[in-house]
Amino acid sequence: MMKSTNVYLPYPVKIEEIIVETVDRGLRTFKFTFLNKEDEEAFAFMPGQFAEISVPGYGEIPIGIASSPTEKGFLYFTVQKVGSVTSYLHNMKEGDILGLRGPLGNYYPWEEMKGKNVVIIGGGCAFSTLRSSIVYMLDPANRSDYGDIDVVYGARSMDHLIYKDEIISWTKRDDINMHITVDAFLKNDVKPEWRCSQGFVPSIVEEKIKTGDNTMAIVCGPPVMIKFTRPILQKIGFTDENIILSLENRMKCGVGMCGRCNCGSKLVCHDGPVFTLAELNEMAADL
Amino acid sequence: MIEKSYKKDEWQGALAKLAKESRVIAPVNGGTHSVFKTLEEGDVPDFKSSKTRLSPKSVVFPQSERMFEYSLDEESEENGILKEAKKDYAEKFVAGIRPCDARSFKLVQVNFDTPTYKDPWWINNYESTTFIGQACNKACSTCFCTSTGGSPFGEEGLDVVTVDMGDSFLVKSVTDKGEKLLNTIGGGADATDDMKTKVAELEKAAVASVKSEIKTDNLKELKETDLFEADFWKDTFDGCINCGGCTFSCPTCWCFDIQDEVQKKEGDRIRNWDSCMFPLFTKHGMGHNPRDQKFQRIRQRFMHKLKYYPDKYDKGIMCVGCGRCVEVCPANIDIRRVAELMNNYSK
Amino acid sequence: MVNYTDKIRETAKRLLNDGTVDTFIGYRKGSLPFVNNPAIIHNAEEADELVWDSNCALNLCNYLTNRTDKIGVLATGCNSRNIAMHLKENKIKREQLVIVGVPCTGMVDHRAVKGMVDGEILEVTEAGEEITVKGDDFEKTFKTADVLQTNCQTCAHRNPVIFDELVADEVPELDGVNQYADVEAVEAQSDEEKWQNFENIFESCIRCYACRNACPLCYCPTCFVDESKPQWVGKSTDPTDTMTFHFLRAFHMAGRCTDCGACERACPVDIPLRYLTKKLNKDAKDIYDYESGTNVEDKALLDTYKPTDLNDFIR
Repeated sequence: MMKSTNVYLPYPVKIEEIIVETVDRGLRTFKFTFLNKEDEEAFAFMPGQFAEISVPGYGEIPIGIASSPTEKGFLYFTVQKVGSVTSYLHNMKEGDILGLRGPLGNYYPWEEMKGKNVVIIGGGCAFSTLRSSIVYMLDPANRSDYGDIDVVYGARSMDHLIYKDEIISWTKRDDINMHITVDAFLKNDVKPEWRCSQGFVPSIVEEKIKTGDNTMAIVCGPPVMIKFTRPILQKIGFTDENIILSLENRMKCGVGMCGRCNCGSKLVCHDGPVFTLAELNEMAADL
Repeated sequence: MIEKSYKKDEWQGALAKLAKESRVIAPVNGGTHSVFKTLEEGDVPDFKSSKTRLSPKSVVFPQSERMFEYSLDEESEENGILKEAKKDYAEKFVAGIRPCDARSFKLVQVNFDTPTYKDPWWINNYESTTFIGQACNKACSTCFCTSTGGSPFGEEGLDVVTVDMGDSFLVKSVTDKGEKLLNTIGGGADATDDMKTKVAELEKAAVASVKSEIKTDNLKELKETDLFEADFWKDTFDGCINCGGCTFSCPTCWCFDIQDEVQKKEGDRIRNWDSCMFPLFTKHGMGHNPRDQKFQRIRQRFMHKLKYYPDKYDKGIMCVGCGRCVEVCPANIDIRRVAELMNNYSK
Repeated sequence: MVNYTDKIRETAKRLLNDGTVDTFIGYRKGSLPFVNNPAIIHNAEEADELVWDSNCALNLCNYLTNRTDKIGVLATGCNSRNIAMHLKENKIKREQLVIVGVPCTGMVDHRAVKGMVDGEILEVTEAGEEITVKGDDFEKTFKTADVLQTNCQTCAHRNPVIFDELVADEVPELDGVNQYADVEAVEAQSDEEKWQNFENIFESCIRCYACRNACPLCYCPTCFVDESKPQWVGKSTDPTDTMTFHFLRAFHMAGRCTDCGACERACPVDIPLRYLTKKLNKDAKDIYDYESGTNVEDKALLDTYKPTDLNDFIR
């Protein structure tokens, strides 16, 4: 199959595995493999980027890449069921063929982060690219490039946490500090095998993160979480240039042409989705 | 460079002959207004009306365009594999296009032809079109092309320029493509010095006839976030009904939507024009809509055209001053008034 | 009708100044001939910008939907019928409104006037019952009554049917007018002719939805044409999708449309949109003896059932 240079043409991929992440089955992680080896090679990406998952007959959806480039041979995407495309996707089976366009957008500033401590703050289902980032940094080839890694990850309840098995394994490591929190413990929550706090992400950040010196923070989550986390980070001493955000917006083309996803003069799919808070402050954004 | 004069019926005849072998698209009057359409047997191009109701952007960027087709037959090994829809990029000709519209393609090109991504359909369509322009001897009351970097006799984006001298056209090639076309067409007579003088006079009169103007000199100085927070966005434009009239008639608006359409076991992925004025334009799958209020959408449109685009590309504003949006708007939202409010704004 | 302007300004000022209303909806003079700018003003100083003439053709009732403030609004006959429909359909409460009635002698059909002169019209002035248009090298005067919009030519309710005060004396209603002559002409055509007409009329539609957005009755939070779960109508300019949109929209107007003509006025490509809605209005009258919005008391046509309703289609 010829590789096309048409930016709208997806690579064909196959669903290898589907993992149901939450008890309400609203979140599933899909493992995709490329049908053609050269497509997989062309899809060289860095954590922070996204791809357009193309479901023929239904449409496309922009989803952050949840796997790390250090994980070879497959890609992970965690998709929430919200509309017609995602509903159909959730009903697909292992072995089904669909399409993938990417990698799209920019990525977290990995070069700049070298030699610094990294704080990762995530909320709810917006943890995909953060998983990608954590796996990337923890890879033996990369770990020494970064200082301390602290992760604050919060969700509504334990059931809403994603990548549970991996999170448990990370809490057992000594090269990463995990601070997991839930808004509330539900009465049928499984007793955690790790220490899990109760509280909203911003307050856990305030409690656990001591300083912003020589540290960069990656924040990914719903607008309300970002709104309340930001002043806390600033209080701790992070500069606006060291607070990294991943924005969301409705997208269609994913390549900066259809005009839909702009925040001011920046297109979230093309100039983003990763922006520093300093950049966001200069953007005339409807959010 | 070729510069000739043609008697009007000789030139019409040349176009009619061209239309037999290739696609020629020209303004045709359908009753109350003219629109660009492919000339068929019997169609008389309208070179008199000053501007078509809708811009010719649909020649290069059709309102609905098939991108891919695919089979959804589970038995087929092609199931779910997208294939590019077949296109015909044989050279086509647009005649009677005004300088503002020709220039608009150059402004739109930066969106579809970028260093990182290229839109194959827009680029192929644009490159396989020869533009035969017609200078405007007289501007309409809503034209303000000279304020946007254009001119009624402008040549930007044109391969051939024609000037109506009364009983004949002065026809001049601007690019190699244009020269090739004129060589193919042949005929006509060499342009005389008198004619060239007359054309220079016509140009002077045409520029003077552009009475409407906007000032945009202050826009670059203003901070994007300050202009965004201006009070006048909140209630000055409440009459807007959020239809797509302005965006669809505008030659420099390019937003589009991508949809899949399926019938039985076959499907198409198509793209359609979309409009930032539509409330659903920015609605997220989760239900959140960052621009669910009318004033936010109006602000987006004018900030994009008059602030974000000029800041990003350094090609001036994203407007060629054709005045179509002004004429078409049912609620009289006038870009000239908006530009004035924006340019005069101070924090 | 231009002599209404002073009274309108005075009324708006009074209502805003004494706090009877928070908002007043009228028109400002447009920046082009033949079009005025709907104005939603909040203080008395802005009232001096208000005008009235025979180009106030966009339906102001469109701006009332779901508002929560106290509003003074200008209303001609057809517009006031739309207000009555809004009240019936719970889109606004009567207590919120001060309806300033405008006895209307009709809106000018700008397309017809433009077709009668050669060159761009640069200025339009009205005086008494005449309208004068001027261009660079022409000036022509028409009797306003001769160049009215087609819906105004057959208007059955020039005076407001519901109002709190009037800006002028009521005007005589038209009589001896066959409201549905144009519909009867189409009804007399063969099926092939009707279909060809239908195809021709909607061929130039660009799916801008100006017709829908200008219509006060089109207030669905998600219009059927925008619905995606499931998707009822395609969004491309495929003729079938376009005709489906217009057809269904017209049916949603059945028994509700007041023939205000805002849809036709708003259309950027001059489609005679009332072609379909007029027929449905006639059907509502013929079959159910119903005219929309003539009062506030009765229920909407499709909300009511009478045992005497036509039922020969039930076999």
